[in-house]
Amino acid sequence: MLKILFVRVLYCVAVIFFFAGPHIAVAGYDYIDITNPFLRKIPVAVSYFKIFSGTFLERKIAQETSALFSSTLEFTGYFKMLDRAAFLEDPHNAAVTASNIKFHNWTSIGAELLITGVILENDKQLEMELRLYDTFKCKLIVGKKYKSRPGDQRRIVRRFCSEIIKRLTGNSGIFDSRIAFVSTGSGYKEIYICDFDGYNPKRFTFNNSITLSPAWSSDGRCLAFTSYLRGHPDLYIKNLTQKSGTVVAKKGINITPAWVPNRFELAATFSFSGDQEIYMLTGKGKITKRLTTSKGIDSSPSWSPDGKKMAFVSKRHGTPQIYIKDIGSGHINRLTYQGRYNTEPAWSPKGDKIVYSGMNKNEINVFVIGVDGKQLMQLTESSGDNESPSWSPDGSLILFTSTRKGPARIYVMTAYGTDQRRLLSMPGVQTDPAWSANIYR
Amino acid sequence: MQKRFLIKLTFCFLVSVMLFTTACTTKKVVSTAPETDQAAEDASAQQIEETAGDIGESTISESDAAAIAAEALAAEERAAQENAARELFVNEDIYFEFDSSVLSLSSQDILKIKGAWMMEYPGVSVILEGHCDERGTSEYNIALGDRRAESVKKFMVDLGIAQELLTTISYGEERPLFLEHNDGAWAKNRRVHFVLE
Repeated sequence: MLKILFVRVLYCVAVIFFFAGPHIAVAGYDYIDITNPFLRKIPVAVSYFKIFSGTFLERKIAQETSALFSSTLEFTGYFKMLDRAAFLEDPHNAAVTASNIKFHNWTSIGAELLITGVILENDKQLEMELRLYDTFKCKLIVGKKYKSRPGDQRRIVRRFCSEIIKRLTGNSGIFDSRIAFVSTGSGYKEIYICDFDGYNPKRFTFNNSITLSPAWSSDGRCLAFTSYLRGHPDLYIKNLTQKSGTVVAKKGINITPAWVPNRFELAATFSFSGDQEIYMLTGKGKITKRLTTSKGIDSSPSWSPDGKKMAFVSKRHGTPQIYIKDIGSGHINRLTYQGRYNTEPAWSPKGDKIVYSGMNKNEINVFVIGVDGKQLMQLTESSGDNESPSWSPDGSLILFTSTRKGPARIYVMTAYGTDQRRLLSMPGVQTDPAWSANIYR
Repeated sequence: MQKRFLIKLTFCFLVSVMLFTTACTTKKVVSTAPETDQAAEDASAQQIEETAGDIGESTISESDAAAIAAEALAAEERAAQENAARELFVNEDIYFEFDSSVLSLSSQDILKIKGAWMMEYPGVSVILEGHCDERGTSEYNIALGDRRAESVKKFMVDLGIAQELLTTISYGEERPLFLEHNDGAWAKNRRVHFVLE
């Protein structure tokens, strides 16, 4: 009961202190250049969070929480975390509030942003005060005070990181998103779900069969996927919270689900007609409309954010290429011309780009292209096969699988191909990453 | 067994008697008397006739056994052939080029043999498994495996096989036969495999 109360408190009473109202939104988004935010990373100093008692345990908690904060913020790719060893201030005893902070001590080591924190944890509750400063303007950008149950640091850290990203970029970031993926750890391909940063992976399906292609509904409540549970590639639609769901098991294949943004509807590929075609179906699994008619493979739909256009793979002109269908007019445009094997399109949440995987000389790489077919950019190179790209909900990062170190694993990079790193460490092979929208539970 | 022994014994006895009598008559022939000669001839003919029945019988029974043995052998051979045909039907996969579901001429020949086999066993229904190599992306490969299985099915139906007897399943790249990452392994993994239901 007490726990629930604390959670509520965290939800509702994240107290904005010092200043209130919109005038603290100094941002104007001039910190991060939205057009190419990863060209120059913003140098950030995160001092160790301040504690009151100074007991060994509290000191440890403070250090761990600061480290968690740094890595959470760094995950976005926007920032360069400054080494605490280079700080002019004692990282354990640096001033926390504007009145005491010697900003020149931070600007002189190159920090443009400073994050300070105070942490108080006892066996009843956890309190944290977190502040983000512009060191050159000597100004608080955002400060928050949080109360929750003991041990809830991770959620508070994420909450404040969300706040920071909102101030600096204007969007709500990725910190409340989750990632569904396929792993063979159990001996079968099963779906797992973890947090945006690979933390806390949990097995979701127990089919003891091949299970593939998880796809999130845009509210994050439903997951559609393909499983051979009944011996055939059938389509499953599962509600995550209610544990209810439905199966679409037409003759032939039932694959590549893709939810229409903000609707309880999805597109998927079926071959009951004898030809692999894309159809529209309701979230309850009822097929309502056929979306493609060309002979040969049509598959792998992905929707524009407004749900008016659909990118998909078609072999209509001999090789698999990516096409865009305007649902209203029915008009179909070919998007990719370079290479003889382009598949797995994923429309960016911002709407302007499509990421896909293309094969050249037996090597598969991730490419991104404007929806107008211009500005083709190769994001991976000479690092095994790189496949299954999936956008973060804010369009800043891309998940993909890579065989660069042997078996396929899940990696993450910025939308410009920089900062490629492995997302999580698990036994077995990991594939099919799918990034959800932010889910506010 | 004993019966046959007795028959043989009688046969030997009769033959020796016959030889003996002929030997005697020959002497008589030398000492003239064509009637006796005739008589002896008659007698021997009669005996031959008599023994002929016996010989005939025993020969028939011998050839019977041989026929049974030959038949058993033939049946065995036939069973072996049937097994071989069945094995071939199950084990001989249909291979494809990369990113293709087109049946080559040699694949078509193999399918004709498989079709003939199915005609011979009209009750047998078959699962056609479509597979791909690991290259390419897994979701596209499920579609491609489906196409491969469907193109085999269509060919079989055109041969006159009832389509109710043919079910397709695509496994895409999920169940490779060979795990090496080279052309040889890939070529053998791009297949349609026949499974008897």
